[in-house]
Amino acid sequence: MAVAFDEMNIPGGDLRPAYQELARWLKETPPEALEYRRQEAELLFRRIGITFAVYGDSESTERLIPFDVIPRIMSGKEWGVLEKGLKQRVKALNMFLRDVYHGRDILRAGIVPEDLIFQNPVFRPEMNGQQVPHDVYVHIAGIDIVRVDSNDFIVLEDNARTPSGVSYMLENREIMMRLFPDLFARHRVAPVERYPDELLSALRSVAPLSASGEPTVALLTPGVYNSAYYEHSFLADKLGIELVEGRDLIVKNNEVFMRTTEGLKRVDVIYRRVDDDFLDPLTFRPDSALGVPGLMSAYAAGNITLANAVGTGIADDKAIYSYMPDIVKFYLGEEPVLKNVQTWRCRESKDLAYVLDHLSELVVKEVHGSGGYGMLIGPAATKATIEAFREKLKREPEGFIAQPTLALSTCPTCTASGLAPRHVDLRPFVLTGSKSTTIVPGGLTRVALKEGSLVVNSSQGGGTKDTWILDE
Amino acid sequence: MLSRTAENLYWLARYVERAEYLARTIDATLRVTALPAAYIGKTNEWDSALLTAGVAASFYQTYEEANEHNVVDYLSFSVDNPSSIRNCIEAARLNSRSVRTALTSEMWDTINSAWIELQAVWSKGTSTREDLAKFLRFVQETSLRFDGSAYRTMLRNDAYWFSRLGLHLERADNTARILDVKYHVLLPEEEHVGGPLDFYQWSSILRSVSALTAYHWVYRETLKPWLVADLLILNSTLPRSLASCYDNLVRNLDQIGVAYGRQGPAQRHARGIRNRLEHSNMNDIFQHGVHEFIQEFITDNSRLGEIITKQYLI
Repeated sequence: MAVAFDEMNIPGGDLRPAYQELARWLKETPPEALEYRRQEAELLFRRIGITFAVYGDSESTERLIPFDVIPRIMSGKEWGVLEKGLKQRVKALNMFLRDVYHGRDILRAGIVPEDLIFQNPVFRPEMNGQQVPHDVYVHIAGIDIVRVDSNDFIVLEDNARTPSGVSYMLENREIMMRLFPDLFARHRVAPVERYPDELLSALRSVAPLSASGEPTVALLTPGVYNSAYYEHSFLADKLGIELVEGRDLIVKNNEVFMRTTEGLKRVDVIYRRVDDDFLDPLTFRPDSALGVPGLMSAYAAGNITLANAVGTGIADDKAIYSYMPDIVKFYLGEEPVLKNVQTWRCRESKDLAYVLDHLSELVVKEVHGSGGYGMLIGPAATKATIEAFREKLKREPEGFIAQPTLALSTCPTCTASGLAPRHVDLRPFVLTGSKSTTIVPGGLTRVALKEGSLVVNSSQGGGTKDTWILDE
Repeated sequence: MLSRTAENLYWLARYVERAEYLARTIDATLRVTALPAAYIGKTNEWDSALLTAGVAASFYQTYEEANEHNVVDYLSFSVDNPSSIRNCIEAARLNSRSVRTALTSEMWDTINSAWIELQAVWSKGTSTREDLAKFLRFVQETSLRFDGSAYRTMLRNDAYWFSRLGLHLERADNTARILDVKYHVLLPEEEHVGGPLDFYQWSSILRSVSALTAYHWVYRETLKPWLVADLLILNSTLPRSLASCYDNLVRNLDQIGVAYGRQGPAQRHARGIRNRLEHSNMNDIFQHGVHEFIQEFITDNSRLGEIITKQYLI
């Protein structure tokens, strides 16, 4: 594995320009002061109630995501490149989805194999030929980005279903501004606080034609026991929209209403944080208590906008991921600005053979997995784990892809033994409305707090950092 | 506003109010039982604490005897008692989490901090009187902070009104329950009227609704049972009196009615109870029978809860 790219230090002892002021500040600040404010930050998080639930963990049902007080800093120029690449990628994702559920040009052109679409459990035949309002499928995308050198941004994963984490981006900033006003005063950090406004206008812009001039938007949550519930309530609050559960909604004459103290009120746009499978027990899982019976027929009748649309899973599937560079070229006729990680498709026998031969060097992921569950990190795994995984892989090769173990870039991070480099990734949030695509400068930086660890997922012991884009 | 949100706000306020009432009940019972037996007679004060809390039946399923240790534990910390203080705070927090968008950050902070403290400091109960006193103060302060932050920070709209409805309905129920359990010591024809025994019983009742000082301000008299009853039932200047609770219930229901442009059975029912309180005097009530009066009130009051639920919350 190559030496990781250090985002602060240039080999040889110099600092990258974006970090110079931070380094000066760190020199002036005694370690105790830093530790004190770190504790204060934790207290604030707990009091505000920014917690998440870890599934399968009965000990403590609510946990804090560790927050690292050292910001991750990027120059405006770097951000400019990233922004261009993200807009391009999300545009292609939306065009791909529209195509997959309508004309299927890309299948006929032989760019993406048919069976990968039609035999994919996240493909929704219900969406075939269905018009979605304003042709937008992915209103909110979270694209996971990593760096391995100073030149390139690499997409690790596209999240086109119900990406989470944006509340941490916003709250991390709030807390940093509260705890480190002096550090802020020494930088020009681009603000992120417009995100809720931009999200609301994006959601309103995609209201169905049958909506009134002032469309009603609601956020649909699975409820308080969902791991991301805090985020749902946070966003509903910031947007000033109702936070609804399935039982608050009812479908009548193919229109969706919420039950209010004044009777039924029509809803035009649902920002749903409930998975496709649970949305409507009449169409999908009949045992779902989280959904709204009849929602899909209101959707088909064009009376409600779901954000994101149903069936977007087919675009962020890890098996489709490996085709993204071709997808971008096919729809936009442009070279992709953001690179992909080299990916072996275990469904192809040549690739599978290579993967089986190199398991100890590779990261193997489930095609439909997320959250860092069910993956093998070759270099860190024991022999027994690798052998067990080998069997799984042979049994069901089409369920997996493999990638080289990337040396994710590092940022200085508070550890028990002082500041030390830790691996990070970045999830910026891309909003698509009827007219435009916007991204607030920044995103959620996740950091693997364990020394040498490459897993940044909060469910696997990762933490977060505030992400600063310098406004030069 | 969502019916579910209104329902959560309503219950949130009820739970907080109930927790405070339980804390006051324990506090008042501790005081009375600290007196020599000659002053309080043979009644088991811990038993009446259970009765006023409405949990006597379930208590005796687990315990044989109502004594300080058992009752304090059951009312404060028990996981099995659905309306123990601990469970009230837990339920209040769960309700708060479900309606965070309708709460101000001050209100959320109050409930969430209380829940954190409950787990960090009070998860094992209390072992000394001093600890218990601290715990009871913590519960009362939580309620004061919650109420205060609602009053000072909430928009005056339906969210506020529904939370007030929960508070006053619960409060009326609590006051009525004390009266129901203690009505016999308020009867003027009891033979030992004016004895030291009753004095402490009366002051204990007043203390449990934080009205001991108020009594003296209102009547400028020594404690007299019919005045205690008058204060708790009919005097609308006392925030915990039945009359005051109903002034508030009617006002908040009217505000909802105006905002929504229509009234319903909840408004009519509340107004009916308020009118009856307004046109009663203690003489009539004693003639009619205090016990019967209170029993009727408790039934009417919980009926209002059902009507509000049906009209707005489901």
